[in-house]
Amino acid sequence: AFFWLVSLLLASLIWFVSVHLSDQEDAKLQYGLLIFGAAVSVLLQEAFRFAYFKLLKKADEGLATISEDGRSPISLRQMAYVSGLSFGIISGVFSVINILADSIGPGIVGIHGDSPYYFITSAFLTMALVLLHTFWGVIFFDACEKRRYWCLGLVVASHLLTSGLTFLNPWYEASLVPIFIITLCTGLWAFFTAGGSFRNILKCLSCK
Amino acid sequence: MITFMNNSDSEEEPCNERTSLMSAESPPVPSYQDGLQASEAGEAQAHRKRRTGSSRSPNNIADGDMSESGVPVRESTLENEEEELTLKYGAKHVIMLFVPVTLCMIVVVATIKSVRFYTEKNGQLIYTPFTEDTPSVGQRLLNSVLNTIIMISVIVVMTVFLVLLYKYRCYKFIHGWLILSSLMLLFLFTYIYLGEVLKTYNVAMDYPTLFLVIWNFGAVGMICIHWKGPLQLQQAYLIMISALMALVFIKYLPEWSAWVILGAISIYDLMAVLCPKGPLRMLVETAQERNEPIFPALIYSSAMMWTVGMAKPDTTARGPSQQTWDAAEDGRENHRSPSHADSRMSETRSPVPTRPISSFEELEEEERGVKLGLGDFIFYSVLVGKAAATASGDWNTTLACFVAILIGLCLTLLLLAVFKKALPALPISITFGLVFYFSTDNLVRPFMDTLASHQLYI
Repeated sequence: AFFWLVSLLLASLIWFVSVHLSDQEDAKLQYGLLIFGAAVSVLLQEAFRFAYFKLLKKADEGLATISEDGRSPISLRQMAYVSGLSFGIISGVFSVINILADSIGPGIVGIHGDSPYYFITSAFLTMALVLLHTFWGVIFFDACEKRRYWCLGLVVASHLLTSGLTFLNPWYEASLVPIFIITLCTGLWAFFTAGGSFRNILKCLSCK
Repeated sequence: MITFMNNSDSEEEPCNERTSLMSAESPPVPSYQDGLQASEAGEAQAHRKRRTGSSRSPNNIADGDMSESGVPVRESTLENEEEELTLKYGAKHVIMLFVPVTLCMIVVVATIKSVRFYTEKNGQLIYTPFTEDTPSVGQRLLNSVLNTIIMISVIVVMTVFLVLLYKYRCYKFIHGWLILSSLMLLFLFTYIYLGEVLKTYNVAMDYPTLFLVIWNFGAVGMICIHWKGPLQLQQAYLIMISALMALVFIKYLPEWSAWVILGAISIYDLMAVLCPKGPLRMLVETAQERNEPIFPALIYSSAMMWTVGMAKPDTTARGPSQQTWDAAEDGRENHRSPSHADSRMSETRSPVPTRPISSFEELEEEERGVKLGLGDFIFYSVLVGKAAATASGDWNTTLACFVAILIGLCLTLLLLAVFKKALPALPISITFGLVFYFSTDNLVRPFMDTLASHQLYI
């Protein structure tokens, strides 16, 4: 979470500087800058995820050397899951908490012509984003571990794609549906990366 | 670990002592680490506040074992086990400290967000005499710096006074001071707090009920904190008084002064704990020399320590240092421990009351708690509370400060595990918190707001 926050900080710094250096009146330019800021933020998030991976790897080695049986008490997969989850939680919380706080207060959604489904779509998008971050974390760490750099590239690309799709809001059919499809696919991918298989599911369901 | 001790004095001199986290090693007793932070908070209403916290890490206990076993062959395995114990305990203690700090912050933020009273400006403490309602920025800055200087010097004077009292063994005076201060805190502040909360929610309460509630609350609190009581109840009370104190600070410190004070207090803390002549360091060392625990009721302790029958030959039987016991009893216990240096004897202490939960007797390792000064709690909560009260980005800023403080606490505990001596708990966390507060409020907020208005997600 801390690492995500730092990446967000740097991204906003870049955006802030660029906004202040540019013409504030031009709406199109501002929108373009926003897109630029968002893209930079996504790239920075992934970079910090990588940095976090390196840090955890070091800690893992340290733990392994001092433990009794040479293995660390936490597996890398668990660390991947936790890191992805924490990225997701902090990103989701930052995205949604102000909306939640406003939803308590008096007001009418979309009175100025925006979509009346703002709150519910925000909720769904946030949920998708949290799940996505978790899956990306698992895939990312596994890819770094096995040095499959094309996987890494895919993760970054899908993050950029997801963020880009949100730019199509409020055309919700075009943004929500693809994002959920991406979430499902990434989830399946992460499941198989983490070692799951159909047999595991069957075993789990039959409670053996 | 930093322990805080805050004593608020009589009306004329409220003082808070902050003790930084310390790890103390006392040779006859397996070393423990204490963090002491004494912070002195002045109260305009001359309330006494006490904050104590010490953090201990189990590492020193392992060190003590080594000095006693003296078998060279075992040393390498002992070291490995120590380190493993260190890390295992370290992680557990981090969690044990996260929970109370989080609870305190939640209470403060919830109160700030709901009760209007604590965000209204109703005057200032006499410790911050300069007003901030000045027309020019420079004047305001100057006033806040002057306020900070006055506040810090009050705190320094009080800390030195306390250390001198401790050195010259004026225990009765100190205990009286602490008792009066916690009395004030538990009764008067709780009364005000309860009054304001009831006003906010428009709930009527008659005076007899109020009297009953506050009397019970205060009396049980006094007993729990100063004498014996269930550990969790004592922890709950310490969290509550830290939250109350933090709320008072948030209300009565003017804006800029509060931020400058936070920064200055971390620097002071750093110096007071690490410099050889720092008052807090002297306090801790004196306490270690005399094998006494630092004042009870000023320190938040996350677990009780007791001697249990040791099945493992490596751990030494330590004198218990349950915070709920008297100082006198603790002194006695600590003096007894050197005679029980041989850890192989299974030693169950007969005077140990039945309260130590019997399940712990199955524990092969001693349950060592971590101690954190209450002043740390207070200043962390002040930072988060101020962020909640004044930030325009609302929850994002508060959350960012919260994460920053917790990460700072983590790092401090890590350093404690590495250095094994008393460490100030404030600097790292407060630095992170301040950085994140200002940057989130000014940089991240416009970015997130613009993104949210277009419903863009990153």
